[in-house]
Amino acid sequence: MAQTAEIKHDYHLVDPSPWPLMGSVAAFVMMVGMVLTMKSLPVLGLKMGPYVLGAGFLGVLYVMASWWTDVTREAGPGGNHTRVVQLSHRYGMIMFIASEVMFFVAWFWAYFDAALYPADPVQVTRSQLLGAWPPKGIETFDPWHLPLLNTLILLTSGTTVTWAHQAMLEGDRKGVLQALGLTVGLGLLFSICQMFEYSHAAFGFSGHIYGATFFMATGFHGFHVLIGTIFLAVCLWREYLGQFTPTRHLGFEFAAWYWHFVDVVWLFLFAAIYVWGSGAHSGH
Amino acid sequence: MAHAAHAGHHDDHAHHTPTGWRRWLYSTNHKDIGTLYLLFSFMAGIIGGLLSIAMRMELQEPGLQIFSNPQTYNVFVTGHGLIMVFFLVMPALIGGFGNWFVPLMIGAPDMAFPRMNNISFWLTVSGFCLLIMSLFFEGAPGSYGFGGGWTVYPPLSTTGHPGPALDFGIFSLHLAGAASILGAINFITTILNMRAPGMTLHKMPLFAWSILVTAFLLLLALPVLAGAITMLLTDRNFGTTFFDPAGGGDPVLYQHLFWFFGHPEVYIMILPAFGIVSHIVSTFSKKPIFGYLGMAYAMVAIGVVGFVVWAHHMYTVGLSLQTQAYFVFATMVIAVPTGVKIFSWIATMWGGSIKFSAAMHWAVGFIFLFTVGGVTGVVLSNAGVDRYMHDTYYVVEHFPYVLSLGGVFMIFGGVYYWFPKMTGRIIPENIGILHFWVAFAGANILFFPMHFLGLAGMPRRYADYPDAFADWNRIVSFGAYLFFAGLGIFLYGIYKAYSSGVQAAANPWGPGATTLEWTLSSPPPFHQYETLPRIVDTEH
Repeated sequence: MAQTAEIKHDYHLVDPSPWPLMGSVAAFVMMVGMVLTMKSLPVLGLKMGPYVLGAGFLGVLYVMASWWTDVTREAGPGGNHTRVVQLSHRYGMIMFIASEVMFFVAWFWAYFDAALYPADPVQVTRSQLLGAWPPKGIETFDPWHLPLLNTLILLTSGTTVTWAHQAMLEGDRKGVLQALGLTVGLGLLFSICQMFEYSHAAFGFSGHIYGATFFMATGFHGFHVLIGTIFLAVCLWREYLGQFTPTRHLGFEFAAWYWHFVDVVWLFLFAAIYVWGSGAHSGH
Repeated sequence: MAHAAHAGHHDDHAHHTPTGWRRWLYSTNHKDIGTLYLLFSFMAGIIGGLLSIAMRMELQEPGLQIFSNPQTYNVFVTGHGLIMVFFLVMPALIGGFGNWFVPLMIGAPDMAFPRMNNISFWLTVSGFCLLIMSLFFEGAPGSYGFGGGWTVYPPLSTTGHPGPALDFGIFSLHLAGAASILGAINFITTILNMRAPGMTLHKMPLFAWSILVTAFLLLLALPVLAGAITMLLTDRNFGTTFFDPAGGGDPVLYQHLFWFFGHPEVYIMILPAFGIVSHIVSTFSKKPIFGYLGMAYAMVAIGVVGFVVWAHHMYTVGLSLQTQAYFVFATMVIAVPTGVKIFSWIATMWGGSIKFSAAMHWAVGFIFLFTVGGVTGVVLSNAGVDRYMHDTYYVVEHFPYVLSLGGVFMIFGGVYYWFPKMTGRIIPENIGILHFWVAFAGANILFFPMHFLGLAGMPRRYADYPDAFADWNRIVSFGAYLFFAGLGIFLYGIYKAYSSGVQAAANPWGPGATTLEWTLSSPPPFHQYETLPRIVDTEH
């Protein structure tokens, strides 16, 4: 059956792969471990939740690394990524980011549900606690200190990633390494500032809707910053290995798209939660 | 290990026709994955069906029959709902038929992301395992499983069920949701980027259209559910107060988030069924579908408007009058594109040379029963009327009329229509027709009297009821047994298909079957369209 010789289309028929099954098993183990951990459930008399969780998480990481290694191999030496396949990848990444946007819609919805209606007479209990927005008794962050700095850090990283893209298009390897390295550094700096900010919060995570919406919305954003930073760092490594060329660097483009998405979400968070929702800090 | 092997042997043909367990567990073939989805959904459907049989055995007489603890009855109600929605209808219609026939119909050799296609399937299985596990852990204090209904409203889902059962349930939905989002990305990309040369969107078969719209609904609705159940998770385990008024939260927020997903979800389940009906009706009337473009854009309209009607599930939570008025209006608007579809199917049959095959029986049955469900939907869309109907058996009836008699009927319709294509075997027509009549009678005996029970005020989610409701309930239960027994006929039909040894022709349905899958052998080769088909005529 020498059908490979007869294929007259440019699509990529992927070889069978163990990663989907292994990834699903690892995700299952991770979820079970999470429940065992949260509820401190004993298994055969031992509280092994964190170990199960850790094992599942390592499994997921292993599968992701192996899977994407396969993808880069198919793209490079395999030569499977024709123009039409690359177009599919672009569609796929756009759709993925669209679904991520909708995920953040849920958190903004929760935030505005409280922030726009803190004193709805129908919701007696809530109105007694909140009264106004920001809620009485909640000391918010001054948006023009650390949050503004973080905004500038992320916006700057948006320009450095564009610099990296331009350098890549012009075949300027040294420029790409510099600019990407700078972007990853700025991403890490943002995360450090965010952790510093969290540790100085005058409100808690639990027991109050302000902390719940603030930490979950900015926390999920922070998680996406970490993912984006890792994504960019992988691209930095691939550039170092010489896997990108001026015409073939989809992985980098997707990291850049993702980074801009994370950037835009931050601008909404900054505008809605830090500035609009922070009350009387505007004296600066 | 495995990737080292395949990197070295790229031209080895063994990788293109894998055999044994690797073919199924490591599959990157859309037809094999579609088959896995269909088998999985059938198994899940049997489990979900058995839960409902237990419910009907309980409700057959007033008083407590088989559930000593009424909470367990509610656990069964919840499990039945979640399994039927996430692990029967969605995997069968989208994962099963979508995987099998979208690439065949649009002239593509496979899906855009064959490996991601496989993780969509296996994550669904992982999610199902977590859901089944949740039945065996403590939910409400002193009893097993989560009994708060498939909508998982707080506070029943927060303080009401402190045990780990619902945490398993939440993660089950996370995995199933991730699987569906990945599947949606795959379908959208496949349909937008891999249509055969000459097949413009306006020449694309309606089933592919239905999956395209469905995939967009999945992509945009499921992440919102993921957010909502993540809030539940942190409220339950980490002390946040998203849904707790004592901490400034709002239980109604959960309902908004849930139904922003939940209403598109019902269209996610029914749109692929619409697509299948269109093909069956057109094939067996030997006519192109009436009003093709109107049919396609009616689905688009249903999908778009479906995103802005969610609060009609929440009329009784204290929405302002203006809000209710808006949602009544928006909901009724959906009847317009739905009407376009119903009348276009009828117009397709009008003047056609109709062959009442088994599949055609199921399709016509669908059109009739879905219309009944749709009409009761218009009744329920009225906020005033819904005050009376809310949480009664009238609502319980409406949902199965559109989804069991709609979605599930078209799962069977699709099986009878495409079984020869998928397997190369033929289920005897008279067995399919007998199955249809048994299912049709059973389902109507099962669901139609629920209208009367609901109008008489029987509330849902109770294991017991006053004696006045006894007669109709007994009849309803017999209908359920009859419907379930019909599955025996179905399985016998499959047995006959394999034992008779008759091979199906490439196109067993004659000139009415015009879509591309009928140009291939039955079953199709492992990889089809190595030379892409060119679409030149204007047939759909």
